[in-house]
Parts: sequence; C-alpha cells; structure tokens
Amino acid sequence: MDFLLIFENLDLYWQGALTTVKLVTLSLLLGLLLALPLAVMRRSGNPLLRLPAWSYIYVFRGTPLLIQLFVIYYGFGQLEAIKQSLLWPFFQEAYWCALLAFTLNTAAYTAEIIRGAIETTPEGELEAARAFGMSHGQIFRRILLPSAFRRALPAYSNEVIFLLHGSAVAGIITLVDITGAARIVNSRFYNPFEAFITAALFYMALTFVVIWLFKRLENRWLGHLRARS
Amino acid sequence: MKKLLAVITAAAAFSAANVSAKEWNEIRIGVEGAYPPYSWITPSGELAGFDIDIANALCEEMQAKCKLVAQDWDGMIPALMTRKFDAIVASMSITEERKQKVDFTDKYYQVASRFVVKKGQDFDFSAAGLDGKKIGVQRASTQDKYVTANFPGAEIKRYGAQDDAFLDLKAGRVDLVISNIPAVKKGLLEKDGGDRYQLVGPMITDREWFGEGVGIAIRKNSPTLREKFNNAIQAIRANGVYQRIQDKYFDFDIYGG
Repeated sequence: MDFLLIFENLDLYWQGALTTVKLVTLSLLLGLLLALPLAVMRRSGNPLLRLPAWSYIYVFRGTPLLIQLFVIYYGFGQLEAIKQSLLWPFFQEAYWCALLAFTLNTAAYTAEIIRGAIETTPEGELEAARAFGMSHGQIFRRILLPSAFRRALPAYSNEVIFLLHGSAVAGIITLVDITGAARIVNSRFYNPFEAFITAALFYMALTFVVIWLFKRLENRWLGHLRARS
Repeated sequence: MKKLLAVITAAAAFSAANVSAKEWNEIRIGVEGAYPPYSWITPSGELAGFDIDIANALCEEMQAKCKLVAQDWDGMIPALMTRKFDAIVASMSITEERKQKVDFTDKYYQVASRFVVKKGQDFDFSAAGLDGKKIGVQRASTQDKYVTANFPGAEIKRYGAQDDAFLDLKAGRVDLVISNIPAVKKGLLEKDGGDRYQLVGPMITDREWFGEGVGIAIRKNSPTLREKFNNAIQAIRANGVYQRIQDKYFDFDIYGG
C-alpha cells in the first residue's frame, strides 16, 4: 500500500474529475433538452412522430454505451464521407465524440422516464383542469408537464448517477477523466489497488453531491406529495 | 485443539515446501494480441505472431504445458503480480522502472523505436520542436515514458492498444505515433493505405527508457522459472528454432547485438 504516490498525483485526479463533471453535466443538460420532445413524440397518435422516437429510444437503450462511443469515435473516423465533411473538426476531438455519445444515450433513457411520468398523471388533475376550461396546450404546459417533471425526479436521479458512472468509458478514447487518471497512475506505478480505489472515492464523492442535490429538489417540489406527519 | 493446530501447521509447511519446489510443469503466460507482428488475433480468433511463436517454442523446449492468456497491455504487470499468469511474453522492454516490480529473463530481441507520420509533413525533433503536437502512444509502454519525459510541451494521447493509436493517426486525430519499427511496418505501413505514412526522425534506442532489450517478465523471487526461461532462450537460439521463427516475421536480425 502506498497512497503517497496518489497524493503526489492528486492533481491528475482533480483534472480528471473536472473533465468528468464537465462532460456529464453538459450531456445531461443537452440530453434533457432532447428528451422532452422525444417523450412527447413517443406518445403521439401520429405514427410518423411516434415510430422515429420509438426507434431512437430502442436503439440507444438496446446497445451498450461503450459500443455507441466506439461507433462514434473509431467508426466515424474511418468514413471518408465524414472525414471530408465540415463535421470532421467536431468528430476529430475525443471530447466531442464522448459528449455526443453520452447526450444521445441519456436522452433515450430520460425520454422514457418523462413518458412514464406523463402517462401516470392522476386523471383527477386533468379533469380539474378541463373543468376550468383550459385548452389542450394549457393543460400540457400548466398541469401535465410540471406534474410529470416533479414525479420523474427520483427516477431521473438514478439516470444521473448511471451516466456519471457510465462516463468511465471516456478514458478508453484517450480522454483523461477520473478513470483515465487512474489508468495513467496505474500504468506508471503498477499500483492498481491504490489507483482505482482513489478513482472510486472520487466517484462516490460526486455521487454524494448528486444525491444531496436531488434530495433538496425533491423536498422543494415533491414536498406536497409526502405523507404529513 | 493442539492436535488440530499441529495438523494445520504441518499442512501449511507441506504446501509451502511444495510451492518452493514447484517444477513449473504448467506455466500460464500473459500475451497481448493487438501488437502485430509480435502478437495479434487471427480472423479465426486465434493468437498469432512472433511473441506467440516464441512463447510456444520456449514451452516446448522446457517441456512445460503452457496456457496463453490474452491481456490488455496496461494491466500486464499488475496481472502478473496478482498471479493471473506466471510470465509475460509480450515484447516488454527490460527497464529499471519495471525491474522494481518484476524480474526479467535475458533479452529475446531488441529493436529501435521511431516516429511515424503522414507523408509530406515535417517535424523538428528537438525538445521544444514538438510543442503543441499530438503524439499517439501506447499507454504504459517504454515509448509512453520516453515521450512523456522528452516532449513535455506535446499533447500526448495514450491508447490501450497500439492498433488504436494507428487508427487515430489515419483519422488525423494525432500528428505522430511512436512505436518500435517492426510494429509500425506491420501494423500500419504494410496495411491498406499504409503507403501514405512514413517513418521519420532518429532511431531511438536510448538505454534510459528502452533498457537492454525485450525480455520475459516474471514475478520476483522465482529464480527457478527464470533459470528455465534463460536456458530455453539459449537453447532455441542454438538449435535454429529462433532463426526459423524470426524468418517468418522479419527480414533482418531481430535479436540485435
């Protein structure tokens, strides 16, 4: 056991943690933006809207994140059509490839979470809104969505944690995230135990922050649904 | 209770004696599988290459039953230390740094390393000449340590396997890749589209980073195994088996001077 080596390389881990946090936060935000229209399309009565959304969600939930990352990073790098296109500067960077893969992946899962929450909206809330004479659009904006978002919170906190941990695959395409830092330290000093335990502690600390954040959010927005004591 | 303890102690002593007198009739060997021409996986899924043939030839010479275990490069030494296998035959250079963790046999070959770039590009290989350039390298390799120490201003991208570094050179994500020369030839130059790339810069054999050649790594304190491997290397050098394997892969003397 030699944790002194870890202390000397702590800077590498901090840099890695920064990369992980940036990558995960950005893909969560973009994924959420994508997920809402996807969820609405998925529920649409029009098959031209429903089927593309269904296929998208099926493909990205049906394949491992690692495979998606490999296809985007190594796969696209092999296609001349993409290498010649204006998109290449984007796909050239490992960072953007990872961001794209994570965003597309989390969008699929989040869309399903939102769809589930929308579909389980208590019928009474909708009836009350109709009784007030609200239009479809008004009901959707004022009742359905806010209510669904609140109830989606606990499930969404799981997705956030899953993506945080899933982001460990970024190290494979040369990014130095937390896991990437651990791999460098391990390969330099051949100390897998110390190197990866440290990475684990970083992930646990980040997970703790996520849990704490969602607890605050749930207290604020789900308070009214809790049993009164 | 005392009796039980005595039995346990006796059993422990017996098994300890057993370990130290291990005759190494069965040896598990860690190999790589993504480092042609030294090791690669054939389309039918089998391991092939110089390292693989050498490992098999040594085992035959030692009359040991060998099991080859494919392992990613950067987990190689940790896997040896945690007894996932007993020896590494994977083009591992004998360096001072690695010697602190593992023992090495005598070398079984020695070659130089060089940079490879896209044709038509010029680079200045002085210490500051590669500042800001992207260098692809296999993580935890001697070349990784060499560029990390000598080109601090360069952006170094580290890959789990050499083949992935070549892929990114082709994709234009890195400007240069450094590897040992036969690996560059087999893994890039002799493949489809390889004529667009060329070896450049000095032949690099710096002892400080590249050590005294490539050897077989084994756990510390296993002198018997080391002795066996050393004798086997000498034997296949003498009886022509080494020459035959070398001729399969190289048109020059890879054992080195």
